[in-house]
Amino acid sequence: MAEPAIEVEGLRKGFKDVTALDGIDLVAPPGTILGLLGPNGAGKTTAVRILTTLLPPDEGTARVAGLDVVKDAAAVRAQIGLSGQYAAVDENLTGFENLEMVGRLYHLGRAPSRERARELLERFSLTDAGDRQAKTYSGGMRRRLDLAAALVARPPVLFLDEPTTGLDPVSRLLLWETIEARVAAGTTVLLTTQYLDEADRLADRIAVIDHGNVIAEGTSDELKSRVGGERLELTLKNYDQETAAIEALAPLADERPKCEHGILVMPLNRARGDIAEAVRRLDAASVDIADIAVRRPTLDDVFFSLTGHAAEQPEEADEEVAA
Amino acid sequence: MSSLAYAVADTAVVARRNLLRIPRQPDLWVSFTIQPLMFVLLFVYVFGGAIQTPGYPDYVDFLMPGIIVQTMAFGGFVTAIGLSDDLSKGLIDRFRSLPMARSAVLAGRTLADVATNVVSLTVMIAVGVLVGFNFTTSPLEVVAGIALLLLFGYAFSWIFACVALLAGSVEAANALGFMLIFPLTFASSAFVPPESMPAAIEWFANINPISTIVDATRALFVGAPAGNDVWGAVLWCVGLIAVFSTFAVQRYRRAVSS
Repeated sequence: MAEPAIEVEGLRKGFKDVTALDGIDLVAPPGTILGLLGPNGAGKTTAVRILTTLLPPDEGTARVAGLDVVKDAAAVRAQIGLSGQYAAVDENLTGFENLEMVGRLYHLGRAPSRERARELLERFSLTDAGDRQAKTYSGGMRRRLDLAAALVARPPVLFLDEPTTGLDPVSRLLLWETIEARVAAGTTVLLTTQYLDEADRLADRIAVIDHGNVIAEGTSDELKSRVGGERLELTLKNYDQETAAIEALAPLADERPKCEHGILVMPLNRARGDIAEAVRRLDAASVDIADIAVRRPTLDDVFFSLTGHAAEQPEEADEEVAA
Repeated sequence: MSSLAYAVADTAVVARRNLLRIPRQPDLWVSFTIQPLMFVLLFVYVFGGAIQTPGYPDYVDFLMPGIIVQTMAFGGFVTAIGLSDDLSKGLIDRFRSLPMARSAVLAGRTLADVATNVVSLTVMIAVGVLVGFNFTTSPLEVVAGIALLLLFGYAFSWIFACVALLAGSVEAANALGFMLIFPLTFASSAFVPPESMPAAIEWFANINPISTIVDATRALFVGAPAGNDVWGAVLWCVGLIAVFSTFAVQRYRRAVSS
């Protein structure tokens, strides 16, 4: 296998009285997306800040594009693009001026910087807004401009810290497609997110982070299989048929199913029978069904079973520990 | 390209960015044009009659060099506010993740702020002449005085770059800046002769570098006896720039935005 584009070993970082990262290991082969999934304050942003040379680690090593982020920090910066949690564009500059400036600071040269700026404005549907100051942009447009800025130098490794937080669904989808296109072209991406569907859709591998530790790592399917397989969910029309329903379905389950408030949930064991069999049995027992479905575990379930709390917490002040 | 050539090129890119921003921030213009102008009118017409300045034909001739020096010092706020803003909006993070020279963000910032100082200096001199200030020295001395004032303004931009990097927010930078500028400029020879002050403050005013700059400017604008003040003033400015630019760049490397 080729040398990993991102390789992290035993990374630790503390701030005053909190441990933001408690010795994490991460690896991303070239041309893949590694998703860092976790709630606010889990340490995601701290990891990104260390990997992008903005913050020195206390312990451990991190290599990006084969370069050590501490010893070869300057060389690392030439290989990366960063799009942060807050759209870091200059509001008083136009979209074009923003991108041109970034190009020149990557030392692309004057003419290539201008050409690249125009190209990116077009790709991100910002051509018409390109000569307007960024302060007139909508949130989605700023995000797009910020991502465009990260792509100016076509960096082989891209760091996207919650790139779609606060975006409307259409902008989100557009951003996802752009990221996928970059990866298809060989870019490696480290993506932090607190949205499970985003990690599910984009990431080749997902590292679930909580309280500065990687508590699970694997593909989306691997993580889902950890919380068990499919479940049958049944809603009864009449509460008084609960016992009848349990009796009818018991032969299909490893354990006797439970039913509460007219809703019956049981693990589905296909060796014993599938949903069609369940429907036949319920029908034979004259149980009236309002709704029946097979539910596959989502990353939400994964997150909940791993951490004991939900992934998307209520909007506490967005205090990523590193901030 | 050598790393020095990159540093120069990067500084030029950042300076250009900051120059582009100046005409687009009209609210900022108030602070470096209208505000000093009001100070001039206040001192000339409200306080002026009560202040004795032996050896000067009029208080305005004593006042203008002093108040222009204060205005140049206040010019540092443009640096501090711009930098604090960049820090809080995450732009400094972006810059620090780019393969650009580590000194360029600050060097480009302070360089561009010379331009705002040129604007406020022009406004001040125009207003000064309108309210009766007279240059009594040779054009060469006047030009030397203007150059000294801009050098001093540049030094204060570096001081305020440090203020911004230490303060962490626009509000804190503002408060810290005022706490720095008010005692320094008022307990100096800028507005009243130090001889009229209580002994302790007079002592402070006499060793205060602001007094050195003010006295040098008076020498170059109205021919007041300067002693070694002109060279002393240049030395002060160069020294301040050397110390504070070193400290600011060091601080910048570690800057963590909120």
